[in-house]
Amino acid sequence: MAVARRPEAPSDLAGRVVRGAVWTVVMVGGLAMVVPFLWMVLTSLRTDAEAFAWPPRLVTWPMRWENYPEAWQIAPFGRFFLNSVIVSVSVTVGSLLLNSLAAFGFAKYDFRGRNVLFMALLATLMIPYQVTMIPSFLLLKQLAWLDSYPGLVVPGLAGAFGIFFLRQYMITIPDDYLDAARIDGATEYRIFWRVVMPLAKPAVATLAVFTFLGAWNDFLGPLIVVKSDEMRTLPLAISALSAGHYVMSWPLLMAGASFVVIPVLLVYLVAQRYFVEGIALGGLKG
Amino acid sequence: MKPRRNQAAWGWEFIAPALLLIGLFVVVPCVWGIGLSFTQYDAIAPARFIGVGNYSRLREDPLVWSTLMNTAIYVLLTLPTSLALALLIATALHQKWFVGRSFARGIYFLPNVTSLAAVAFVWEWLLNPEYGLANAGLRGLGIPGLGWLSDPELAMPSVAAVGVWHGLGFGVLIYLAGLRSIPEEVHEAAKIDGAGFWQGFRSVTWPLLTPTTMFLTIMGVIGGFQVFQSVYIMTGGGPLDRTRVYLYYLWQSAFQNLEMGYASAMAVLLFVIVMVLTLVQRRFYDRRLQAWQ
Repeated sequence: MAVARRPEAPSDLAGRVVRGAVWTVVMVGGLAMVVPFLWMVLTSLRTDAEAFAWPPRLVTWPMRWENYPEAWQIAPFGRFFLNSVIVSVSVTVGSLLLNSLAAFGFAKYDFRGRNVLFMALLATLMIPYQVTMIPSFLLLKQLAWLDSYPGLVVPGLAGAFGIFFLRQYMITIPDDYLDAARIDGATEYRIFWRVVMPLAKPAVATLAVFTFLGAWNDFLGPLIVVKSDEMRTLPLAISALSAGHYVMSWPLLMAGASFVVIPVLLVYLVAQRYFVEGIALGGLKG
Repeated sequence: MKPRRNQAAWGWEFIAPALLLIGLFVVVPCVWGIGLSFTQYDAIAPARFIGVGNYSRLREDPLVWSTLMNTAIYVLLTLPTSLALALLIATALHQKWFVGRSFARGIYFLPNVTSLAAVAFVWEWLLNPEYGLANAGLRGLGIPGLGWLSDPELAMPSVAAVGVWHGLGFGVLIYLAGLRSIPEEVHEAAKIDGAGFWQGFRSVTWPLLTPTTMFLTIMGVIGGFQVFQSVYIMTGGGPLDRTRVYLYYLWQSAFQNLEMGYASAMAVLLFVIVMVLTLVQRRFYDRRLQAWQ
């Protein structure tokens, strides 16, 4: 790194060596980020004997693809998958709708107590989940929502961060646009849906990615709500796998872990832009 | 131009649904939780008011202290390591000559998007004493394998290492954003004054990154005090309670021992500790920022 002081002299040999070394170290470190995922997949394609062989081989041949359908059968992964999809999609769509409506209300309408209310809303961001966790559980019990989709979804719809994030964005949309639509006879809902939401798309997309990811990976919330096997989401399936509920074969266990990890990695590879920009933008918590 | 109905009515109509939910699932539980902390409650029999009984018990409970200590150790192991590594990597990636920057950035952020529970489970396999990749590597070098998660001295560092691995990309991205926000002229000025890379870094870059570092330490402490999943999956609090962290004990008290009142008092204490630590950090960084100005 000592080279950066003389970027105007790229032919400098010592500089090149240092740069090369730094580059290599960073890239090897990057490899360390990926190795666990690679090893997970490689393990998932072995027989038990190959997984326990010494010395372990990097790639074993032939690959045992049957582990995937087998793991899918051993635990009700189809159901877990469905649960995770239902919960994450509902939380994402529901909270985006509620939060963007509220953000619109805070950003574009004037009413008494608005600023005080907004401040109070920001204050709720300081309340950690651990404080509300036990009463939330008791509340869901009262509502008879334990071990059900409403119990997994509805608490996830409440949260001030999305309102704050979207409101900051919507405030930059000029009022003239809204007025122009009003002159054309648009209703306030139509203005929200046809004027404000399309303009707020980058913020909504970023928030959608993080909300979905948060819901998909959530562990403590479902851990408290779910009682039965059928209501498990994928992270809870992992906890059952690791507790040895289903099977003790590491290749099958790693195939199970792949079911949880690989869809998210695929989404990440496609939507990486939103992740990286979103974090740089708002200092969002990943 | 005003909307057809009055502004206030529309405003309230739009914010009402979200506010109602936040009230029901955040504000009410928060007040309820504080109330519960003054009771004895097993979620079956009616709650019994016991005054500050739970709080006196907290003070005397050796597990509260040992789990708080374990949590503090976790934070002390993860936070400085994450910050140092993130800053190093971000600084390297920020250099103009770094080829493949966005690729490297993407790779470092990769673990962050995955479920910590799932990757902790994968790590459990990597750290398996007999068949794991880590010990295979060590044995290949002629070193006997280690009990990464079973050795009482090693278990917490192993859990912490997984935490660092999982969260590193976040720090890299935030530091990169911080580095990008420093105007090029500042570096130029330092160079004209004859500062080398290291000198420039120490007297220009590092001070100007203070807000970024502050954000990351505050987030790191908050996150570190809430560590749960990796412990739940990899060690279950063992061996010899060495990885039993505060939130894990809280969860056990509430949902395994059904001591909801006591666990609520634990939650209030956690909130207070995190709050105080956040304020202390803020003050510390504000002083430093002032000293540099």
